Amino acid sequence: MTPILETKNLTMQFGGLTAVDNINFTVNPKEIVALIGPNGAGKTTFFNCVTGVYKPTSGDVLISPTGKGQQKINGLKPNKVTEKGLARTFQNIRLFQNMTVLENVMIGRHSKLKSGILGAVLRTKATVAEEKKVVQDSYDILVEVGLEKFVNELAKNLPYGAQRRLEIARAMATEPALLLLDEPAAGMNPHETKELDEMIIHIRDSKQISILLIEHDMSLVMSISENIFVVDYGKLIAQGSPNEIKNNPEVIKAYLGDDSDA
Amino acid sequence: MDLHYFFELFIGGLTRGSIYALIALGYTMVYGIIKLINFAHGEIYMIGAFTALIIASALGFTGMNPVIIFLIATILAIFFSAAYGATIEKIAYKPLRGSQRLSALISAIGMSMFLQNYVLLAQTSDFLPFPNLIPDFKFLKPVENLISSTSFLILVTTAVVMILLTYLIKFTKTGKAMRATSQDAKMAQLLGINISRIISITFIIGSSTAALGGVLISTHIGQLNFYIGYIAGIKAFVAAVLGGIGSIPGAVLGSFVLGWTESFGTGYISSDYEDVFAFLFLIIILIFRPSGILGRPENKKV
Amino acid sequence: MSDILKYFKPKELKKSLIISLWFMILTFPIMVIKVNTIENTVLWRWGSLIGMGIGSFIAATLWRYLLERKNMQNPLSSKKSLQIRIIEWANANPKIKPAALIAVSLFVLAFPFLAGMYQTSIMTTALMYIVLGLGLNIVVGLGGLLNLGYAAFYAVGAYTYALLNYHFGLSFWVCLPIGAGLATIMGILLAIPVLRLRGDYLAIVTLGFGEVIRIVLENWNGLSFGPSGIANIPRPGFFGMDMKLQTATIYIYFIMIAMVVFTIFVVRRLENSRMGRAWIAMREDEIASESMGIDITKSKITTFALGAFFAGMVGVIFAAKTTFINPASFTLWESLMILCVVVIGGTGSIVGVIVGAFILILLPEYLRAFSQYRMLLFGALLVIMMVFRPGGIVSNIRKKYKFEPIQASTNVSQKGAE
Repeated sequence: MTPILETKNLTMQFGGLTAVDNINFTVNPKEIVALIGPNGAGKTTFFNCVTGVYKPTSGDVLISPTGKGQQKINGLKPNKVTEKGLARTFQNIRLFQNMTVLENVMIGRHSKLKSGILGAVLRTKATVAEEKKVVQDSYDILVEVGLEKFVNELAKNLPYGAQRRLEIARAMATEPALLLLDEPAAGMNPHETKELDEMIIHIRDSKQISILLIEHDMSLVMSISENIFVVDYGKLIAQGSPNEIKNNPEVIKAYLGDDSDA
Repeated sequence: MDLHYFFELFIGGLTRGSIYALIALGYTMVYGIIKLINFAHGEIYMIGAFTALIIASALGFTGMNPVIIFLIATILAIFFSAAYGATIEKIAYKPLRGSQRLSALISAIGMSMFLQNYVLLAQTSDFLPFPNLIPDFKFLKPVENLISSTSFLILVTTAVVMILLTYLIKFTKTGKAMRATSQDAKMAQLLGINISRIISITFIIGSSTAALGGVLISTHIGQLNFYIGYIAGIKAFVAAVLGGIGSIPGAVLGSFVLGWTESFGTGYISSDYEDVFAFLFLIIILIFRPSGILGRPENKKV
Repeated sequence: MSDILKYFKPKELKKSLIISLWFMILTFPIMVIKVNTIENTVLWRWGSLIGMGIGSFIAATLWRYLLERKNMQNPLSSKKSLQIRIIEWANANPKIKPAALIAVSLFVLAFPFLAGMYQTSIMTTALMYIVLGLGLNIVVGLGGLLNLGYAAFYAVGAYTYALLNYHFGLSFWVCLPIGAGLATIMGILLAIPVLRLRGDYLAIVTLGFGEVIRIVLENWNGLSFGPSGIANIPRPGFFGMDMKLQTATIYIYFIMIAMVVFTIFVVRRLENSRMGRAWIAMREDEIASESMGIDITKSKITTFALGAFFAGMVGVIFAAKTTFINPASFTLWESLMILCVVVIGGTGSIVGVIVGAFILILLPEYLRAFSQYRMLLFGALLVIMMVFRPGGIVSNIRKKYKFEPIQASTNVSQKGAE
């Protein structure tokens, strides 16, 4: 089975600092994979390398959105990466604050649409039809994540939990094959986390999307992940199922320090 | 190769560079500390020059020793400019400290417009002669074709200012606080540094050096008008960016590079396009190496 | 909401007094002592000192009050702004819109015949600034890119007409698209090198570019005839007819009206289109928008190009209207004026730009006595707006879409709300 995402010896250096150190990583189709590790371990940097925000110093990022053959995407710009089927959310919410909830989702549809300036000004049949469809499709996505009542509200006025869900909805609108979620549960209470848990599984099941998430909330990670990768100081230190990771001494040491420090 | 002409241009470039440096310091320090391009900084330089002119004129009727008049005028110019700088910060920048960078930039532009027209309306649009209160230094007589008394004064003053500033930044508690604030304002605040005070001090120092530059150049050239702030401001800003905005040695380096380029450029190529050098430098630098010669590239945090 | 009366209590009065004293001392040299070193005179204007004292006392109190009010404001308060209330009232009374449209149209059509040549000329200038403002708004308001050298595109349009006419005798109507086209190309050329630049740096480079263009125009006599400019530029022709000045003025007025309508039409359609949304997303968060599939390079280039297009268009008309152009019309001040129109009127809002143009162009005309204070006031206005209302007078309201009854929001607004 061709992995939907694979990194080979992925390395990211900033001057003298190696933030991502030789990481070999796989996500298989329809898997839910978690990337965990202490703060500053390089998880978001890894995301940024995969999604094109950073150009990796060395190593390769290979994707296979259709399952047939792999393509290298390292060095591609983020919008191209998204076009190829990867979408992401951000650790610190990056919504378009002064646009409405609906418009935020509509932006997600941008790369799937074609209308340009001329079409918009002349209101050609194709453009009008496309607009209508985009409005409806975006609304449907909002209904799926339960945000339809906020449809015309400015994103900045949404409560925190709703903002996080909107980011996911926006990423979903790009019709990804792989969804990368950066700390989606940050700042959520247990009830909201449980809802998020169900939403992620629902997304994976109904849309056959693979999910890769960075998370600190261990209950969420343990409950939904099928495979977990652990990084510390940019290096991969463990990989396995939730049970394997829970009992892995390297992982415990990374998070809690070892006894010799006590 | 006319060696004399070359040296003339060399000294000329050095003089220009010194003035640019005095102004550029203010730009770079303020940018380093609050990441704002203080558009109104050029106007502070101009206000310094004007204040000195006003004081000197007023005192001119008292028959005091010209050098004393010059000193009083300069010191008062510095005081007033520093006050203007601190006041501008409180009015136009402090309320915008958390806001979008664009808003602060536009506010700075507005302040620049305001100050320029304020001086224009309160005084005049004419070019006003600036009295020459500096006596000819006797020890310069042998080289008087190459370097005038005022040029000499400019070079010496700038050197002294640089030394004092370096000492301040490196060895005093305030200097440390300034460096800390420019690296991480939130953290500095958490550590007990009163960043409002530090920011005010930064503006005061920057305005003071700019005012000094304004007085010196007006004495050297012999005239001023309300518009000099704009051109000198842009060029000093270019110098700061050239050297690496946020870096004090960078500002000095950039200033001299620009000063010499302009001097030799107008001397050997053409004097019509004098201002173009600065703008072209600006465009090229920002496109190819925005961090400047001595600056470090900023990494965006995603 | 804080009570303004509290500012009359002794403690607050003292603070205002101290501020007032500060300003009296601060501005003493420049305001009170007027020097003239040409004639060697010094004039002491003590009246200014008193005026400054009183003025700054009042201003300080007002400023502190308004600042406190602003800082205490709850952005989610249910109190609706005046603007939203006007819009909702207009939506609730559907007959208002067509009636208002007819009234405005009648006024626009009748204006030149009622108001006389001079007033028409002023109004035409205001209309030109509306188009310039709308053009810059595409770059600044929608795209979030601060272009401080916008006047350069304006100059390209004007000089294209002037020079093509001078050398080849080409007429206004032929030069109009050429001028707009050349300006557009220049917009693309400027956009390419500045693609990677961040906010402030972008602003400065565009400023530099604008200045380089002006300096070149001033010094390259072979091309532009230098500071003396180009004169005797013909006004637009009407099927080859020769027109008296009066008729020509009215003619140009209507050409501008058409241009304003055209520009508003284009901007409105773009605002709520795929490209328009992409620009706004880019303005809001460049990294996020790129991660959502938006080609930032293309977006930046198109905003610059489109903005330049409108400036070029107006530039041609400017040359035809004033029949004489020189580099002095295209300075940094010009770029800043247009920026003021956008920023003060309302960034990102068509109505805002119109309001801004009227305030900044018409008001000074009618307040001729204060014309020398114009730039002073604009500068102050910029600062005040940024501190208290950074979005401008008129806020940009996003389009609200209508959906099936599932919608539970209390604001059932119709499409096309602005």
